[in-house]
Amino acid sequence: MGLLERIFNPNASQPSGQEAKQRLKLIIAHDRSGLSEETLETMRQEILQVVARYVEVDLESTEFNLESEEGMTALTANLPIRRIKN
Amino acid sequence: MTRIIVITSGKGGVGKTTATANIGSALARLGNKVALVDADFGLRNLDLLLGLENRVVYTAIDVINGDCRLEQALVKDKRRNGLVLLPAAQSRGKEAITREQMKDIVTRLAPNYDYVVIDCPAGIEMGFQNAIAPATEALIVTTPEVAAVRDADRVIGLLEANSVSNIKLVVNRVKPDMIQANDMMSVEDILEILAIPLIGIIPDDERVIVSSNRGEPLVLDEKLSTPGLTFNNLARRITGDEVRFVDLMANQDTLLNRIRRWFTEPSQ
Repeated sequence: MGLLERIFNPNASQPSGQEAKQRLKLIIAHDRSGLSEETLETMRQEILQVVARYVEVDLESTEFNLESEEGMTALTANLPIRRIKN
Repeated sequence: MTRIIVITSGKGGVGKTTATANIGSALARLGNKVALVDADFGLRNLDLLLGLENRVVYTAIDVINGDCRLEQALVKDKRRNGLVLLPAAQSRGKEAITREQMKDIVTRLAPNYDYVVIDCPAGIEMGFQNAIAPATEALIVTTPEVAAVRDADRVIGLLEANSVSNIKLVVNRVKPDMIQANDMMSVEDILEILAIPLIGIIPDDERVIVSSNRGEPLVLDEKLSTPGLTFNNLARRITGDEVRFVDLMANQDTLLNRIRRWFTEPSQ
């Protein structure tokens, strides 16, 4: 991406080097885990069911990712809570 | 104790064979006795990069079949004392030998050499399994591209599963100007993802192609070029020397680049 383009369009997409790194972190976490897409989806559904017993989750904006950092693979779930059930 | 090192990558075309030719030649130039084993059956090229293609008479297959003695198949390099090549057969496919035969050949070679360096074929099938079977150490060659890094990670997992635990990383074809422009992953980025120790950084350089055209590894030049120096430093690190990494980014720190970085780096 050119210098001028950056000056005049500061919101342009991130440099491709960073994009490569982010994409690799996700795909390598999947490769390492050896989990199939179906297994991940089942796990996602089951975790959601458990959480939904206690709180109301905003289903539209949940995130569920495997990510690799420094040789460790982590499962991160981001489940925004609408309200606490009584 | 002979060190048996396999040079592997998963992905093809990242510079395994070039790395093997240069690292082997550099180790020999440093005074070691080195045997290079081409494990890429059916697609052998190590002889070509070493400039030894006209001197190949027998191959590893002839040794296995008992058609010649092991010593007869070894091609000695006239320009370098202490370096020999065991060529792969060109006529047979990758299934031509078994893990046990590969282990047997390397075990017979080992007592006469300080280093046995095995050039692994691309892929993770039989040819790869054969090449890593005798090894106790591995060098992973990768380039700063998504496909190469992903395959490197896969191969690291397979090596660990085969109890090759001493694994080091070579990052090849580094382009400092692209890293500077944030359009290439930096060596640090790759290390963060693969999480294995670094042993060499090789710049992308036209002289690598010129040296392969001539069959003369870069490390043999009278006055070492930058890529030749980085390969030589890599070999010294293998022998245990502590050598600082050549700062490939140094030339990038011009005034123009500093201004450009000021504009292009994301604010914290």
